[in-house]
Amino acid sequence: MTTTTPQSGNVWYLRLYVAGQSPKSLYASANLKRLCEEHLAGNYEIETIDLVEDPTRARDDDILAIPTLVRRLPEPLRKVIGDLSDTGRVLSGLQIHPVER
Amino acid sequence: MRTEPADLPKAPTGIAGLDDVTGGGLPRGRPTLVCGPAGCGKTLLAIEFLVRGITQFDEPGVFVAFEESAADLTANMASLGFDLALLQADGLLVIDQVNVAGARLDETGDWDLDGLFLRLGAAVDAVGAKRVVIDTIENLFGAFSDTGVLRSELRRLFGWLKDRELTAVITGERGNGSLTRHGIEEYVSDCVIVLDHRVTEQTSTRRLRVLKYRGSMHGTNEYPFLIGESGVSVQPIASLGLRPNVSAERVSTGVGRLDAMLGDGGFYRGSAVLVSGTPGTGKSTLAAQFCDATCRRGERALYFGFEEAESEIVRNMASVGIHLRQWVDAGLLQFRCFRPTLLGLEAHLYAMQKVVGDFDPAAVVMDPVSDLLRTGTEAEVAAMLTRQIDFLKARGVTTLLTSLNTDAHLAQTDLQIASLVDTWLLVKTTEGNGEHNRLLYVLKSRGTPHSNQIREFLLTKDGIELADVYVGTQGVLTGSARQAQEAKERSDGTARMDDLEQRRVNLEQRRATVEAQTAALWREFENEAEVVEQLLSHGSTGVVDRAGQRAEQGRLRHADPDDLPVGA
Repeated sequence: MTTTTPQSGNVWYLRLYVAGQSPKSLYASANLKRLCEEHLAGNYEIETIDLVEDPTRARDDDILAIPTLVRRLPEPLRKVIGDLSDTGRVLSGLQIHPVER
Repeated sequence: MRTEPADLPKAPTGIAGLDDVTGGGLPRGRPTLVCGPAGCGKTLLAIEFLVRGITQFDEPGVFVAFEESAADLTANMASLGFDLALLQADGLLVIDQVNVAGARLDETGDWDLDGLFLRLGAAVDAVGAKRVVIDTIENLFGAFSDTGVLRSELRRLFGWLKDRELTAVITGERGNGSLTRHGIEEYVSDCVIVLDHRVTEQTSTRRLRVLKYRGSMHGTNEYPFLIGESGVSVQPIASLGLRPNVSAERVSTGVGRLDAMLGDGGFYRGSAVLVSGTPGTGKSTLAAQFCDATCRRGERALYFGFEEAESEIVRNMASVGIHLRQWVDAGLLQFRCFRPTLLGLEAHLYAMQKVVGDFDPAAVVMDPVSDLLRTGTEAEVAAMLTRQIDFLKARGVTTLLTSLNTDAHLAQTDLQIASLVDTWLLVKTTEGNGEHNRLLYVLKSRGTPHSNQIREFLLTKDGIELADVYVGTQGVLTGSARQAQEAKERSDGTARMDDLEQRRVNLEQRRATVEAQTAALWREFENEAEVVEQLLSHGSTGVVDRAGQRAEQGRLRHADPDDLPVGA
């Protein structure tokens, strides 16, 4: 399966907000890595922010729910919440469109 | 129902009146729900609870804003005199703004609100907060589609707030048929306060009601509240027991004979006086004269005029010799003239109390209170005046209210106010003889031996004068009929005087006559006496002569022997 984005070739910059080593956080982290490797291989960057360590970072992206994934780039900014186990919804939420050519 | 310990700990809000209604404040260490429709003042009440907690009770706070931006909030509060930026800089307040509007979050698996818990926890720890406001948490329902998870997370949140013993105010928007749109009241069971914002006849009134307060006594009524220049102010009707300074001192009404009618020198200081009457009976003049008398004593007077502007009142009163300009210039008299429809009743009450607080007058005039009916029902006006009078009495201010009523019938407002006032003067007009004359009498006056007389009420160029009226077979005489009666009495008096004078003159003349006659009699008497005196002085000779004559006659007649006693 190949993947394209509206601005193909741009770097995807993603932020994942987690709370320490909670099961949801760990699960989300693993899911995200797998998903990026599959669809954005070599074209992404993930920043994981642990709100247990620095809760004030939650203000940056108006974070309430954990885990929250934020697509910082490409714009516009998008957010999905949850442990990212529903791959289809993550892809549609981040607008990563699987395209058959 | 289980009764909680009597000493349920409470966190005072510092909001005027609210602590009275709640019996000391909100339940300490527990969440309170404040709900109501949009624009009812929830956010303001909540932030004021925080700010007063910081400034008055040394309890730092955290404000979680789901609705308003921190900048808006700060700006809005600045207009009420609260400097949120300063409190934040001092490390006493955290405003945590969470923007959830418009964002619909895709849910891709399990989630929780740990993010909210963590940032709230961090904010609470940062300032050592004792109070928390979450405004308005229901906005979360717009952001998360899985309400099942959201609800269980909210339940966890309230549990968390209780565990940390935070006194919290949670705001919620009123829903259809329920207190809040999403049933938040389900989670907050300790204390629920409902705000309302009603518009009746184009005038809005805000109301507050404590719907529920577990384990505590609380006022159950709807209390009007308003948002004034210094925040929220709830207006419970003050209890009559709390009236510390009842004065026996009298203050002059400015009308000497009225002072006398009320017995011993006028109104009681700090009492409430109602002057009611039909149009054009001189109610305002009486009020102005009272202000004049107050200022004359060097005390301050405050005049709330609902019909005339200051300049009109000053000019009109000058025409009857009441010169108010001098007192305005001297800073002893202030006018506040406005149309009652300008604001709602509560706002009026608040505005008036604020002026009273600032100016600190000894006397207040409200002219006429019946105009307030344009902004509310009779019951509302009466309730508002009750609070106003209570407020003024508590300050020891002598209050004079005027009330305009229609002919003959006492307005319902008058009757409602009547029980509140201590002295009730009635001015009315009588028609007769092609004239319209004013009458004044004291309908009631608590604690004074007041006159039962009706007086005619005259507006002269030197102010108000009260004249006696004449009561005759044709009823009460006033105006020219009274003057005619007075003239008649005067002329009758003159006639009597003339008569007396005449009789005095007559008497003098008779005295002269009697004296003359007496003198004549004396002269006659004296003449006779003189004759007798003369005769007496020659008495012996006479006797001898008569004896000689008789003897001679005897001898001539040869009647008796010579030895008969002489003169037998």
